[in-house]
Amino acid sequence: MLTAEERREIEIKLADYPNKQAMSIESMLIVQRHRGWVSDESLGDLSELLGLSVADLDGVATFYNLIRRRPVGRHVAMVCDSVSCWIMGGERIRDRLCSRLDTTLGETTADGRFTLLPIVCLGACDHAPAMMIDGKLYEDLDEQRLDEVVARYK
Amino acid sequence: MPTLVSHPDEVKIISRRFGAGAADIEKYLELDGYKAVQMAIEKGAEWVINEMKISGLRGRGGAGFPTGLKWSFVPKQSEKPKYVLVNGDESEPGTCKDHVIFLHDPHSVIEGTMIAGLAIGAKMGFIYLRGEYRYLLKVVEKAVADAYAKGFLGKNIFGKEGVDFDIVTQTGAGAYEVGEESALMESLEGKRGVPRIKPPFPAVVGLYGGPTVINNAETIASAPHILLMGGEAYAKVGSERNGGTRLFGISGHVERPGVYELPMGYNLKKAIYEVAGGVKGGRKLKAVVPGGSSCPVLKADELDVGLDFDQMGKAGTMLGSGGIVVLDETVSIVEFALRTIKFYQHESCGWCIPCREGTDWLKKTLTRFYNGYGNKKDIANIQYLAENMMGRTFCPLGDAAAMPTLGFIKKFREEFEEYLEGHRTEKALITTEEMIGAAH
Amino acid sequence: MTVATIFIDNAPREVNPKQNLLHVCLSLGYDLPYFCWHPALGSVGACRQCAVKQFRNEQDATGKIVMACMTPAAEGTRISIADPEVVAFRAGVIQGLMQNHPHDCPVCDEGGECHLQDMTVMTGHRQRVYSFGKRTFRNQYLGPLVNHEMNRCIQCQRCVRFYREYAGGHDLNAFHLRDSIFYGRHEDGVLESEFSGNLVEICPTGVFTDATLKHHYSRKWDLQMAPSICVHCGLGCNITAGERYGTLRRVVNRYNHEVNGYFLCDRGRFGYEFVESSLRIRHPLVDGKPATRSEALERFGAVLRKGAVIGVGSPRASLESNFALRALAGPDHFFAGVPDEESRLISAMVRILRDGPARSPSLDEVEHSDAVFVLGEDLTNVAPIMALRLRQSVRQAPMRLAAGLHIPEWLDHAVRETVQDAKGPLFIASPYATKLDDIATATYHASPDDLARLGFAIAHAIDATAPEVIALSPELETMAAKIAAALRGAQHPLVVAGASCRNRGVIEAAGQIAWALCKVGSPASLSFTMPECNSFGLALMEAPPLSEALRTVRSEPVSTLIVLENDLFRRAPANEVTSLLRGVQHLIVLDHLGNPTTDAAELVLPAGTFAESDGTLVNNEGRAQRFFQVLNPSTDVQESWRWLHEVSVAAGSKSMERWEDLDDLTATIAKEIAAFGALPKVAPPRSAVGKIAREPSRYSGRTAMLANISVHEPRPPQDPDSSLAFSMESGPGPVPSSLIPFFWAPGWNSVQAVNKFQSEIGGALRGGDPGVRLIEPSRESVWQYFSAIPPAFKSRSGEWLLIPVFHIFGSEELSRHAQGISQLLPRPYLALNPAEASLVGAKAGGRIKILIEDSQFELEIMLRADLPRGVAGLPAGLPPFDGIQLPLFCKLASVGTEFSARGVL
Repeated sequence: MLTAEERREIEIKLADYPNKQAMSIESMLIVQRHRGWVSDESLGDLSELLGLSVADLDGVATFYNLIRRRPVGRHVAMVCDSVSCWIMGGERIRDRLCSRLDTTLGETTADGRFTLLPIVCLGACDHAPAMMIDGKLYEDLDEQRLDEVVARYK
Repeated sequence: MPTLVSHPDEVKIISRRFGAGAADIEKYLELDGYKAVQMAIEKGAEWVINEMKISGLRGRGGAGFPTGLKWSFVPKQSEKPKYVLVNGDESEPGTCKDHVIFLHDPHSVIEGTMIAGLAIGAKMGFIYLRGEYRYLLKVVEKAVADAYAKGFLGKNIFGKEGVDFDIVTQTGAGAYEVGEESALMESLEGKRGVPRIKPPFPAVVGLYGGPTVINNAETIASAPHILLMGGEAYAKVGSERNGGTRLFGISGHVERPGVYELPMGYNLKKAIYEVAGGVKGGRKLKAVVPGGSSCPVLKADELDVGLDFDQMGKAGTMLGSGGIVVLDETVSIVEFALRTIKFYQHESCGWCIPCREGTDWLKKTLTRFYNGYGNKKDIANIQYLAENMMGRTFCPLGDAAAMPTLGFIKKFREEFEEYLEGHRTEKALITTEEMIGAAH
Repeated sequence: MTVATIFIDNAPREVNPKQNLLHVCLSLGYDLPYFCWHPALGSVGACRQCAVKQFRNEQDATGKIVMACMTPAAEGTRISIADPEVVAFRAGVIQGLMQNHPHDCPVCDEGGECHLQDMTVMTGHRQRVYSFGKRTFRNQYLGPLVNHEMNRCIQCQRCVRFYREYAGGHDLNAFHLRDSIFYGRHEDGVLESEFSGNLVEICPTGVFTDATLKHHYSRKWDLQMAPSICVHCGLGCNITAGERYGTLRRVVNRYNHEVNGYFLCDRGRFGYEFVESSLRIRHPLVDGKPATRSEALERFGAVLRKGAVIGVGSPRASLESNFALRALAGPDHFFAGVPDEESRLISAMVRILRDGPARSPSLDEVEHSDAVFVLGEDLTNVAPIMALRLRQSVRQAPMRLAAGLHIPEWLDHAVRETVQDAKGPLFIASPYATKLDDIATATYHASPDDLARLGFAIAHAIDATAPEVIALSPELETMAAKIAAALRGAQHPLVVAGASCRNRGVIEAAGQIAWALCKVGSPASLSFTMPECNSFGLALMEAPPLSEALRTVRSEPVSTLIVLENDLFRRAPANEVTSLLRGVQHLIVLDHLGNPTTDAAELVLPAGTFAESDGTLVNNEGRAQRFFQVLNPSTDVQESWRWLHEVSVAAGSKSMERWEDLDDLTATIAKEIAAFGALPKVAPPRSAVGKIAREPSRYSGRTAMLANISVHEPRPPQDPDSSLAFSMESGPGPVPSSLIPFFWAPGWNSVQAVNKFQSEIGGALRGGDPGVRLIEPSRESVWQYFSAIPPAFKSRSGEWLLIPVFHIFGSEELSRHAQGISQLLPRPYLALNPAEASLVGAKAGGRIKILIEDSQFELEIMLRADLPRGVAGLPAGLPPFDGIQLPLFCKLASVGTEFSARGVL
């Protein structure tokens, strides 16, 4: 079941568009902001609300990198793996993150605190290496700064 | 907020309000904000398009199409509503300029959108930010709300009877392909971000089937400045057939990476060595990817070239999206080529075969190469696959993947050949399969 | 048609400038490979396979690679197909496609008729260079009809384009991106579309294959095939049936531009399995016991000699078989085996089409209608391919928007983006919601009488001289005016109706609208659906209905009743059928499957199905079409007309001696019944054409397949009725379109070989499409408007008008017994509006007692808010109430209570 809050957010945004199809991406992002990911059940609920088939929605969901169809931890850290970050030591940051949290990219820590994902270019090339946690951008990372940043997310 | 950089050679037009707190509407107004759009309302669409044409402004997304001309293609009469779309899907690796505009001067994007709307007769604009830029949405949404509150957006804007304009903001959800204008329209319509066939061009059949102008955020944000200073003055700043200035994001191994506003035609070597402070740590420069990762690489001795669409074209590369990535001597070109193709493979929408299968095959071949198991035939095959994509795929993503690949082999063939000699890379890259598993 | 001259490898060629280069190259016979393009789906430019090189002018030696499917065939265009660079590019595209393809052709059902195989060979991709791992997918269960094997996918997008964009389905989609795009459902489950079987042919390789064929698989090249006609509804879609080892293996689409085009519905494609059902009668039964052929004929003869005979024909039997029975029993003693009301309705429809000015359109014309009104029909479940055609018709009017922007019709996605959700006028007035409602401009759900009233009101709104409907509500008045305006404003308006509501008013109202349109100068078409595959043909015989048979039995001394391919217990309530059967001493039944009528018979003769017979069916358009035997049964099964002929000759009847084969028979029919004058022209007579092989030239095992019985290869069976040979033997010369046993051309082993048989791609078959129209509208204006307008429906207290609810799987008699389809039948239920249900205290999923005349049933409740008040729905044709002739009023009671003596709650 969608929560009243999710429903309200979707309905507000719906007013911006000429049809409900246009809301498919945003509605899934709304659900994801509340729940971390989009479950089959949520797809079913959205399907009912928007009058789109589950297949329509899932076709869209699986096209986009940022719509997650699997559960995630409390926080999601996305590490840029594109060229600018790479030449500026992005892999060091990635490895440090993985070893600190004792997990690998694509996985969630055993305590459910973090899910680590790779991400293609965050558009912060001039401040590489960069990563994003729960939508917040962190730039010019080095090991020390990384440790500080990660420590903020319990 | 990332620190802003500056250099005396910069000509601050689009960046003149950066760091001045112009995200606040009062500050923006203080700095000549919303004057250009009122001029546009007063003087009319023809004047706007004419000024834009005179300015010589060419699309800042990368293709460099003359903006005034693009606006003039929109039919005057249309059964369907017309739209202005702002492409804020800055996703090409190495490109990091548009987000600075959204962050520091969001009202210039709003004002530019309104100007474009007036020019083509649209009453509705969409500002589309890539999903990864969601953190900017707060800033942009606030700016839009403030503009509504002031009566600059909505019905009878600036108190002018019958002049209406609305703006809706939306983010994507992570897809490089959506930076292609027609794929962006699909995404905006809530669909899979697969490109559309052209023609018909968006100016004729665009968003929801209506005539649509879609411009890069920097292009749109340039419009108010052009109207304020006059197309002619703007054109004068730049080089021949390349009016004005442009934001260049200089990244990689330089002392002072950052986004600089330089006149079109500015020398690339100077940009690297003077503006960005030269190669980091005094190391040797090996190569430069001059306009985002899709542009063919330049070697150290090829940098004496003006940064505009035509001069870069003559130099065998492209101005692209203005993202200059500087590589020092420590970088393996083979690995860089592999990382580049991995990106395009990952972001291929899968619609057409040469790109979908070609990028995958290229990625696998380059991975094998990088891991030290390549053979001579592989080099030939890489070239063959890339050539089979050039100009023959459904949308430019195929070119974007093929061009740098061909460039790397052409310019650094000997380095590829070194990898043949029993070279073994210590640590293999993570496989794409792992990445797919991770993202979904 | 205007013609443009283009240059293909420097040769000037005349082409259709409204088309794209791929279309015209294929039409000219060039072998240009393609994947994502389909003549019915248009161009999207995804696969890049049809690349050609285009030159600016004669001097241009460099040229530019373009996609033929995306490039207009404009006057003066210069292209090369053979240019080495473009040849290499096309090979490169195939190489890319084959990269991840599993190369599992030996175990793939598509092997030997695979477009991907054909195109790979065509482009000359011989050497595998790719040396990496292949991506793999998990397959899904998509139901009993369609099999899924995603690893074979080349991501050409055709499946989703057909399923979603063309057929309006929502549960199949493309998921993910890059080289891991997955086509399937969101989760395992039966495909929801009634047209899912077309995926089997739309898919250029073996991703979607016929799951029913899997149970009795054979390669296409090993199938003995024949042109046939679908028997599962009244539209007469053309099919190709395939046999091996004496059993029917599958049905695929047989292209007929005018009728079914490229597509079949799932009932038509998968219904064939009834032929091999366990209920199949393969040998005569005498007194319920298996008997030999001679015993059966002997008994038949003996019975015939005893006294008067009456014959009951069938709307699912061929004209020839019906005529043979009519000849045997005598025209006065031959009865249409349909209930009185249905017979009256069908006669009314035929009369309206014959006497009035409105023409019955072909299905292709249906598709090209630009304003449509459907009255009383659930087309998706009654005449599915018409529903699919109408789904395209709503694109006609908005297409003008694209044309105005110079976007050609074939540039499919550009057209769709231009048109967006705009749809041409389609109005649906039906007793309950239908699956076409999603594309309708407006819908109206009401009782049959109210539907008729709306129809008459529309006619009046079109032409004020048509009678007015009294006491029409203002809303209906507005709706009628709106529909009338849409129809009047169209260039090709169409009215669709039929017998589904079992309401004469509905049929007359539909005719009234079409006539009113004609009267005001509009070229209106009028299409009636027909309940069964030969309902129209039987109606043209003008035989009296079933009740007349009963009257005859009561009034005359009748000793024998012969029932032709008909289960009378589906035609009338059991008590009436029983009293008919009691009125005669002998009951002889010819049929395919055991049923209550055959159970009651003294003598049962195994009648050939479409697969074992030759014959003619008349579809709802009035088009007579011939089907041909695909297999020569080793059992006693043969055409009913042949049984009847044999027995009559044996019994010494002179009248039937004259004809021995099909051509004799059709000539006789043509002579005796004026309506069938054109019958011999439906297909060329045997003498006119050389032999045509039913078996492909690669047919294997010919000499070995019966070696376990005898090492001597038997002589192939002779076919006295057609030019089609039960062998690989073929004469020279082109095959007439009505006799094409399968589509094959050198290099084209898949169904897409049909390209080589068309005058223009997507157009008529060479020599004209099969079938002959038997009726045309009257040129004389002797018709008069109907004036019997029913009063508005009033719901009765304590009684509900029971109407039939149609199901693509279940409502039709034969396909119900197909192995695959039988898994998809609905369970018997009673549908009620929730408001009505609450009146009787019924809940969804609960059960209810229903009293219909004297019969009581207990049924599951289905709540349908779309059902009008005072009306209840019962699945049509589904046992146990398949003999009840709806509509009629019923009473309802909750389970556990009793109907009172008066039957009122």
